[in-house]
Amino acid sequence: MIPAAFEYVAPRSVAEAVALLRQHSYDAKVIAGGQSLIPMMRFRMAQPKVLVDIGRIPGLDYLREEDGYLRIGALVRHATMEHSPLIQERYPLLAATARVVADPLVRNLGTVAGSLVHADPAGDWAAAMMAARAQVVVAGPDGERVIGIDDFLVDTFTTALEPDELVVEVRVPIPGPRSGGDYQKIERKVGDFATAAVAVQVTLDEAGRCQQAGIGLCAVGPITLRAAAAEEALVGQPLDEATIRKAAALAAEAAQPTSDTRGSAEYKRDMVRVLTIRALRSAAARALKA
Amino acid sequence: MSATLTESPHRVLGQPIKRKEDPRFLTGQGRYLDDIKLPNMAYMAIVRSPYAHARIVSINKEPALAVPGVLAVITGEDLEKLGLAWMPTLNGDQQMVLAVGKVLFQYQEVAAVIATSREAAYDGAAAVEVEYDPLPVVVDPFKALEPDAPILREDRKEKSNHIWRWESGDKAATDKAFAEAEVVIKEKIRFPRVHPSPLEPCGCIADYNKTQNHLTLYVTSQAPHAYRTVLAMVTKLPEHQIRVISPDVGGGFGNKVPVYPGYVVAIVGSMLTGRPVKWVETRTENLASTHFARDYHMTVEIAATREGQVKALRVHTVADHGAFDAQAVPSKWPAGLFNICTGSYTFEAAHVVVDAVYTNKAPGGVAHRCSFRVTEASYLIERAMDILAHELKMDPAELRRKNLIPADKFPWKSPTGWVYDSGNYHHTLDYALNLIGYKELRKEQAEKRARGELMGIGISFFTEVVGAGPSKHFDILGIKMFDSAEIRVHPTGKAIVRLGTRHQGQGHETTYAQIVAEELGLSPDDVLVEEGDTDTAPYGLGTYASRSTPTSGAAAAMCARRIREKARKIAAYLLECGEHDLEWADGRFQVKGAPHQSVTMQQIAFAAYTNPPPGMEPGLEATYYYDPPNLTFPYGCYIAVVDIDKGTGEVKVRRFLAVDDCGTIINPMIVQGQVHGGLTEGFAIAFMQDIVFDENGNNLVTNFTEYMLPTAVETPRWETAHTVTPSPHHPLGAKGVGESPNVGSPAAFVNAVVDALSHLGVRHIDMPITREKVWRILRSAGIDE
Repeated sequence: MIPAAFEYVAPRSVAEAVALLRQHSYDAKVIAGGQSLIPMMRFRMAQPKVLVDIGRIPGLDYLREEDGYLRIGALVRHATMEHSPLIQERYPLLAATARVVADPLVRNLGTVAGSLVHADPAGDWAAAMMAARAQVVVAGPDGERVIGIDDFLVDTFTTALEPDELVVEVRVPIPGPRSGGDYQKIERKVGDFATAAVAVQVTLDEAGRCQQAGIGLCAVGPITLRAAAAEEALVGQPLDEATIRKAAALAAEAAQPTSDTRGSAEYKRDMVRVLTIRALRSAAARALKA
Repeated sequence: MSATLTESPHRVLGQPIKRKEDPRFLTGQGRYLDDIKLPNMAYMAIVRSPYAHARIVSINKEPALAVPGVLAVITGEDLEKLGLAWMPTLNGDQQMVLAVGKVLFQYQEVAAVIATSREAAYDGAAAVEVEYDPLPVVVDPFKALEPDAPILREDRKEKSNHIWRWESGDKAATDKAFAEAEVVIKEKIRFPRVHPSPLEPCGCIADYNKTQNHLTLYVTSQAPHAYRTVLAMVTKLPEHQIRVISPDVGGGFGNKVPVYPGYVVAIVGSMLTGRPVKWVETRTENLASTHFARDYHMTVEIAATREGQVKALRVHTVADHGAFDAQAVPSKWPAGLFNICTGSYTFEAAHVVVDAVYTNKAPGGVAHRCSFRVTEASYLIERAMDILAHELKMDPAELRRKNLIPADKFPWKSPTGWVYDSGNYHHTLDYALNLIGYKELRKEQAEKRARGELMGIGISFFTEVVGAGPSKHFDILGIKMFDSAEIRVHPTGKAIVRLGTRHQGQGHETTYAQIVAEELGLSPDDVLVEEGDTDTAPYGLGTYASRSTPTSGAAAAMCARRIREKARKIAAYLLECGEHDLEWADGRFQVKGAPHQSVTMQQIAFAAYTNPPPGMEPGLEATYYYDPPNLTFPYGCYIAVVDIDKGTGEVKVRRFLAVDDCGTIINPMIVQGQVHGGLTEGFAIAFMQDIVFDENGNNLVTNFTEYMLPTAVETPRWETAHTVTPSPHHPLGAKGVGESPNVGSPAAFVNAVVDALSHLGVRHIDMPITREKVWRILRSAGIDE
């Protein structure tokens, strides 16, 4: 439980951080909340030579709506999302997610952006951001670029980030009227990774038909998954029980679970179905009220 | 019942006073092992086996010795030269200190690195090169018994993985009852392999002084005196040259009873380097290598009449002991007190067989009553009674009522030979059923079942057996299991009490203070309780198996009474009257019929040092060794109410009522805390915990993500209540309570879940009851979201 020796640097600006990453490349690891990296270092599963702590860069902890997007700065903690009146009032999917990320101690330190960069298929935010069709803003030596969440998440623990790039912001499109969302998660206990979880975001038209749908699946594949066929089955339909059940069955088909101590592949696949039903019911009810 | 429990204004016993130790613990001022730093101290890290069964081809120390700061690398070969490669276990087996020739379980100790810093020790451990040649692995205890199974223990004469067979009860009478029985039920029930997981892992600082040939061992120990004696036997150091200090201990649950290999290696490390050597486990080391509990594969049968009168019990158990038979049991009983498994019922005959088996797993067999195997026994009988109720289509409460030992039959002699001291079982059952509203719950369940909703009610009526123990039966490695107390009353009337037990958070500093304060007419604030230092405390076997109040608690009371007898003489001298003219009332001696003529213990104590009666030895102190005449038998009725989520299989524990009868209660708040903690453990065992191995013997649960402890979110709200049936032979009538909730609760949880699903034909589900197990039952019965 003692990490291997490492160097520690704390840049004061994004430019300085990017320069350090450019200098140390694959030998460096960015640390923000450290809630995944530190345990991996303690087990010596990760042995970075240099830790670049972005926690002291001013101005990265903003959370506000601007230009059609909810903008989440790279240092926004899970707890900030959990307790934000803005999130609670206008982003039920994100609010539901923030409440069940790990445990309160982790939520006080871990960051939303850090969770995405870690690219753990069991990360809650990745599934939520997929349902919300978020984008990731990345700073590198040549300035900033914006990557859609589906392209950002490449593989297990692998993102589209270059070694000299840093995530500076996560952007979520502001939902239109008659929108609702929910996050449904099964975990063995608080603080455990999900056995399975489903994120849902829907927007209804004036007639109550589904106009837009996003469904992200957590912990049931090598990577966060989008249940595309299920999304398609919802669009243009009223969100009645039959439609919901049909979409849920398609979401279960989209899952690629493996058996482990949390449950068999068979169980996890069925839980995707059950959780999708529950998330869609709740999202639809919220959309009708919104 | 004790004559001391008078309704006097001086009444300390039974008061919910706040724990005297809590200000220290709650403000971070506890002094635990890892808080202690000695001058020139070195640190130790252990190299552990990645294989469950492998030959050691070679160990290369050189790369580790090249790491800056590394002082020494110790291997099994080095220990062999000192005659320390093996050490005796508490069950008459031997175990490797560091692996010699081969390893027998994953995470087994292979080498130790001593360095000037903890970091260097870990870097050194990572640099030790060990070449292994893997051998076939035996994980399943039943396969271990097959004729072609690889023999794991080549050091033993017997070329078999079978360790021992133990039988109890009357086979012929049992067979006869079964042959004549109207109804027989039979079920295979496993109690999972669980781990006690104290929040503070195990550790020690070995400080050997060569010039004085003296060893001080600071160690996380529940039994410091027993450690001293065992270490004297193992290391050949004279016992008076060994001082064992157990500082504040952050939870034990039995995990800190055994002497672990790391302690022995740290002592050798201190001898080799001439420095104090600190070794503190990581969480993974604690989970994967220190003592587990249980792993009993039990087959139970009950013979009964059609009306539900139980006749006989038959049990066969295969016990998976891992690589070494290291459980801490009294010498006479290799399977502990497992033959208490006739429980709270009037069985006429019983026959119990236990076969112990070696496998490629970490050794163990303590924790939560495991060394004495009472939890296994209680779970077995309480599960079996529900299966019988199901078979007979009887209400499980009614079946129990019909078979509980009647109050007028105590002391009750069980068919396996135990003499239950006291109980009023029917009263406690009725009290619990009324308190939870059993009839209404059954009505609600019927209504819900008609609507397709799943709700269950589970009862467990357990009998515990604690207070080990009477010296005629109980010893560990020959050391009798009495316990002790020493009291010194200072001239100003304040007192220090030292005992042979060692608490790990149970509240002894308060409980014992209350006992002594009650007996001597003092305030608990004026009584300091000290445990854990073998140079100052009287000899005792420590704190585990819920034995402290039944043994040292009794010793404290008897010791105080011994002091009071001397105090009576001094009082008579001070009051210028005869001893027999005095009575003890309101915490003072007063002249019979003239209560205004009295002296307090403060006045007596002062006189004992300043003005003792002529010819009397000055001072006011005493020691008492208490050898219990019998064990004590706490019992209780626990009732769980659960709801089941049809979509996910999740079980929600809606209510849980624990009615405990632990005899006289010394501090109800401490008892409630003990019960809450034990119920939470029972909940975890029922729903979350199992040490799982893959087919290669890899432990899959080596951290708290995989080996789960429930948080406040998962833990149900506990409802607690008591009936009080004092023990007739304990000086205070107290019976002990620490492990009752761990013993009694698992069956209540499982019985409730099975009850919720019984109409689907379900009779038994093995723990831990995961959502997936319930989900499989639901889906196969066509029940869905």
